[in-house]
Order: sequence, then structure tokens, then C-alpha cells
Amino acid sequence: MSFQLALELLPPTLADGLILGLLYATIALGYTMVYGVLGLINFAHSEIFMVGAVVAVELLTYVLAGSPLHPVLQLALAMIVAAAVSAALAGLAERVAYRPLRRSNAPKLAPLITAIGISLFLQDAVRFVESLFGQFIRPFPSMPFFDIPLPLTPNDSIPMKSVVILIAAGAMLVGLRYTVNQTRLGKAIRAVATDRMAASLMGIDVNRIVMLTFLIGGALAGVAGTLYALQFGRVDPFSGFIPGLKAFTAAVLGGIGSIPGAMVGGIVLGLIEMLIGTFVPILTNNAIGTEYKDIFAFGILILILIFKPTGLLGRPSTEKV
Amino acid sequence: MAHGFFPGRSAWLIAYTLVVTLLCVLVFTGNGLIDTVAFLALLAPLFIASDFDKCDPRVGMPVLAFVLLCALPLVGMRNTFYLDVAIQVGIFAVLALGLNIVVGFAGLLDLGFIAFFAVGAYLWAIVSSPHGAALLGTGFPLQGDAFFVIAIVAVFVAAGTGALLGLPVLRLKGDYLAIVTLGFGEVIRVLANNLDKPLNITNGPQGIAGIAQPLTEVAGTLATTTAPAFKWQALIYYAVVLTLVLVAVLANRRLDSSSIGRSWLAIREDEIAAQAMGVPLVRTKLIAFATGAAFAGTMGVLFAAKQTFVSPESFDFNQSIGVLAMIVLGGLGSIRGVMMGAGLVTILNLQVLKSLSAGLNHLRATGFEIFGWSFANLPTQFEPSKYERLIFGLILIAMMLYRPRGLVPAERRPISAGNAGSAS
Repeated sequence: MSFQLALELLPPTLADGLILGLLYATIALGYTMVYGVLGLINFAHSEIFMVGAVVAVELLTYVLAGSPLHPVLQLALAMIVAAAVSAALAGLAERVAYRPLRRSNAPKLAPLITAIGISLFLQDAVRFVESLFGQFIRPFPSMPFFDIPLPLTPNDSIPMKSVVILIAAGAMLVGLRYTVNQTRLGKAIRAVATDRMAASLMGIDVNRIVMLTFLIGGALAGVAGTLYALQFGRVDPFSGFIPGLKAFTAAVLGGIGSIPGAMVGGIVLGLIEMLIGTFVPILTNNAIGTEYKDIFAFGILILILIFKPTGLLGRPSTEKV
Repeated sequence: MAHGFFPGRSAWLIAYTLVVTLLCVLVFTGNGLIDTVAFLALLAPLFIASDFDKCDPRVGMPVLAFVLLCALPLVGMRNTFYLDVAIQVGIFAVLALGLNIVVGFAGLLDLGFIAFFAVGAYLWAIVSSPHGAALLGTGFPLQGDAFFVIAIVAVFVAAGTGALLGLPVLRLKGDYLAIVTLGFGEVIRVLANNLDKPLNITNGPQGIAGIAQPLTEVAGTLATTTAPAFKWQALIYYAVVLTLVLVAVLANRRLDSSSIGRSWLAIREDEIAAQAMGVPLVRTKLIAFATGAAFAGTMGVLFAAKQTFVSPESFDFNQSIGVLAMIVLGGLGSIRGVMMGAGLVTILNLQVLKSLSAGLNHLRATGFEIFGWSFANLPTQFEPSKYERLIFGLILIAMMLYRPRGLVPAERRPISAGNAGSAS
């Protein structure tokens, strides 16, 4: 491969990687916050993300299409509704499937198994509802505004949607960081994450904080779903699985339970994945194609878990008896 | 009233078994739903007779033997479909028993269990098909009778794969392990899908066809000398599966009451305490992982031989979850429960959902009305057999919320040092 070609491919690859990374980061926050307060991996998070994407696509296709609103406003509206639906769903999952298990003396594996149950249920429920109206693979509606090319380098351009996604996802991350670091709610979340028992003794309603954490994580997943559908142009009931797995990898990469960690981990993973997906097939003459990028992402997860299980920014944890 | 007038439990069981068998053999209707119920009724004695706490083994054992060796093959002669169902149940029962070791005994949540099944299936597919012959050169494809050798090789190959995956990840805590195994399942599927280039090993999404079957001459001889119309090959698979189920059950029981079984229990209940008592964590988990994988690998070989075709589709996440649903439904760690779970879920998938779909389609076609609403309005996309994920999902949630220990909870048997080996 010529150096020239690599140089030409690098800027768009980095831009795509950054976008993918921000999306992973937004999803990963949901995993990491719930893990922070409960020590539970919310397997259903990937499907909550998927439902957000489906809701946004349906809204844009059937309700907002043809409205005189500016495309950005349409997208914003769809995003708000998707966030609300996803948040409600995440809250429902907590109420129905996780909280009862915390009260009863359930086996250790129980919450993981109910989480998988919710995941499967949502996949098929969405597929059922979607197939009532035709195809369950839904394309993102055509919105020419988001395809307007913007110059990136003299030879290359990025579409408008990339900029929109960068701004929207970036704003979410900044907003969340502010909420967690500067507000009373954020303080309560951090307190519960540090020590649930002590937090409840300090007068914090732990169940309420856990619920709010699920709601915030769900809302972020809904936003990420909308943006993911915009970026990749389609959504189906099973499209949550792989991004969910990647976002979880990002959360672990950054140090699960750590909010800045999820952001850093997401961006690093997005960049690595895009770079590998672009350059490895070129370097190996397509013997190792783009299909293998998931395997690489996953190999990274295993490597981190072996060599730095606490992730890039995670605190070393001590086991208590 | 004369006391002897009422026969005891055992007599009822025997009478019931004989009557159901007779009914099944004589009056199989050919109607899906009714036959399914009849078939389930035929399997019920297996469940009752295997409960040796309530049923005298002197009665239970012969009943078990009768149903497995006599009634099921007879019903299978009537309708080969049911022999096929029995074989599938057997395959999944062994898979579930394998996963039971990992999840039920050792408490390690493995969400990519089907990957080991795939390893076994592809092993036999490659060494025994024309496709593999092109890849491996002279001496291949192996003849069908190499099946038994490869089945044993698969035990070690799958156990090795399990150990290889286990080594790096078993130091992780439970929830990390779950997601790594889930990813591993995906990796195996992606590899099976894409290893058709640069070197064509798995033939990609098309899968491998023309896989050899074991004991074809025996089946041929039986067909020429006795009933030519009957599918003797299926009966041979049934015998092989039955043997493997028996081996798996015995292995599970022995492992459960062995010292390694006690170690598994210890790490399942409290890892730190177990470690403090001198249980080597990584090694104990590794053995659980490898043992479970070995079960799956062997069944993979059998699965490939029976289907004579493998493709990546047979080994997706759904299958891993299906096996998990079996053991959660039946009861984690409970051997009888796991077997029952395997039977129920397999029959649900193969028969109940399919006949429900067929029934609904029939109602739609005839435009049957209920309260003024016509079934003709039922959307064609709605077919219960396509929504197994939804059903598995509900099973998993409902079981964890209401019966977290399953339909047949595992018992806690107190064991003292003196009789540790003999109690079971």
C-alpha cells in the first residue's frame, strides 16, 4: 500500500472512527452507570438502544416526514421521543425484572438471566410489531439535508450527518458529565455507586437513585439509537446486539463503573475498529476482510481483561468478604 | 373397604405406561396437536419413574427401560417423525447436561456454549465430507465408521477448545465471563461464516453437505432382511443417542458427588470462601468448562452425522440461549430437572409451536370467526414458530422471578466425609 493512499484514507477513517466511538461511548454510559450503582451488567441495554432507534426511525418515516420543520428539528424531536421511550423501557426493566430480585434472596445468576430474558423478549416483540406493518428491517428515511457534503480535506468530504452526530453525542456526554459531577442527583448517584449501604444510611433513597440511573442510561441509549440509525441508514430488531456488545467492551476498556472511562473507552474502541476495518484488509490484500473487525474488537476485550481488568481509567477494586 | 383393592403407586404407573404405549402405537392419529399430547403423555412415565425418592427403583428402572427401549422405538416405527423428535431431545438433553456442569454445578454463566457444539459438528463435517477431502487430501473423506473414533477425538478437541478459552477468561468474575463467552460464541459463528477464504475450511455460509453417516451397512442389511420401508438409520441414531444420554447422566451424577463436584459447589456458592478453604479456583473452573465443552463437542459430531449437513445458522446465539432456557426451566444443577427442561423446550420448539402455527394458518385459511373477528384478519407474519426468542425470554424472566430454582429444584444432600463417594 502506498503511503499516499494511507494518507488519503486516514482523515475520513478517523472521522468515522470518532463518530462510531462517540456512539459507543453514549451507549457504554448506560452499562457503566448501572454497573456502578448495582454491580450488574444490564444485558437488556442493547435492546433498549435498539428500541430507541426503531422508535426514531418510525417517527421520522410516518409522523414527521413532510412536516415543514427543519430536518435538524425533526431529528431532535425524534431523539427526544426515542429517549423517553427507551428511558421508560429501562425503568420498566428495573422495576419488573431487577428490583424484585434484589429484595428476594435470589441466586447470583438470577439478574443476569432475567436481563437476557428481557433482551430476547424485546427483540421478538419489536420484530412482531414491525412485521405487522411490513418489513422488519427499517431504512432510515431519506433526508437530503444530512447528506450535504462538507469539505474535510482538499480531496475528501464528510456528510452533514457526521457533524450533527458529533455535536449531539458530544453534547450528551458533556451534559452527563455536568449532571454527575455538579448536581445533587449526581452526588447521590456517586454516593450509591461508592457504597450502597452507607448511602442509604445518609438518607439517600437508593431505589430511587437506581431507578434514575436506569432512566438516564435508557435516555442516552435512545439518543444513541437515533444517531446510530442516522449514521448507518437502517435498523432492525437484531441491530442492537453487536453495538451493545461493543459498547460493553468500551465500558470495560475504560474501566467499568467509571463514567469518564466509558467515554474514553468508547472513543478509543471506535477509532481502533475503524482503523483496523480500513487498513487490515488493505495490508493483507483482503485475505482478512472487514468481517473480522468484530473479532478484533472482541480480542481487545479479552486482552484488556487479562492484562488490565480494571480498564484504562478504572480504580483497582479490592474484594470484600 | 378392602385395602388391597386399590393398587399402589407403582401399579398405577405400570398400568398408565402400558395403556399410553398401547394407545400411542395403535391409534396415532396423524393430527399434529393430538399426537403431540400423546407423545408427551408417553414421556411422562420417564419423569415419574426416575424420581427414586418417591418411586421404588425396582419398579422405576423397568418402567424406564420399557419406555426407552420398547415404547419409543415402537412409536417411532409408526411415525418416524417421533423417533426424530426423541433423537433431538436426546441430543439437547446431553447438551443441557453439559451446560449444567458449567452453569448449574460450577455457577459460571456460559452464553456461548453452542460454540463447542459447532466445533464438534465442523470437525466431523470436515473429515467426512467431499468438501473436506478437497481440503485435507488423500485418505479423506473418512468412512462413516470412523464416526466413533472421531466422536472420542471430539471429546478432547472440544475440551481443549474449552480450556483454551477458559485459561484467559476464567480469572474473571461471573458477569465478565458471561459476556466474554457470549462474544466467543459470536467469534466462532463469524469464523464459520468467513473461513471460506483464503483457505476454504468451513465453506462459509453455504455450509458443508454430504457428511458421512455411521453404520450405514448395518442399516442397509436390516432393511433388506426385515422391513425395507422403515428408516433403520434413524433407529441406529436413537440407540447411539440413548447410550450417550445414559453416559452423560451417569457422568453428571458421579461428578456431582465427587470431590471435584464438591469444589464446583463451593466456588458456586462463595468463591472467596472456597479459595480460602484451598480450592484452586482457576483449575476447578477450567475443569468445569472443559467437561461441559466435551459433552457439547461429542454431540456436535452426532448432530453433523445425523443432519449430513452443517452451516453456521445452526450455531447462533438462539441455540445457546435455548440450551440455557432448558436448564433454567428444569432447575440449575438438578439432573432430572435438566433432562425434563431439555425435553419440554425441544418439543415446544419442534412440535407445539409448529402445530400452533399450522393450526392458526388453517383457521386463517378457513376464515374462522370468533366474536365477530375473523381469523382471516390475522397477519400472515404471525407464526408462533418464529417467536421462540420471545417465549425463551418469558420463560427465563418468569422462572427467575417465581421459581428461581426451576421446576425440579436440585436437592441439597448432606454429605459427611465418610460416605462422600457412595452417596448419590
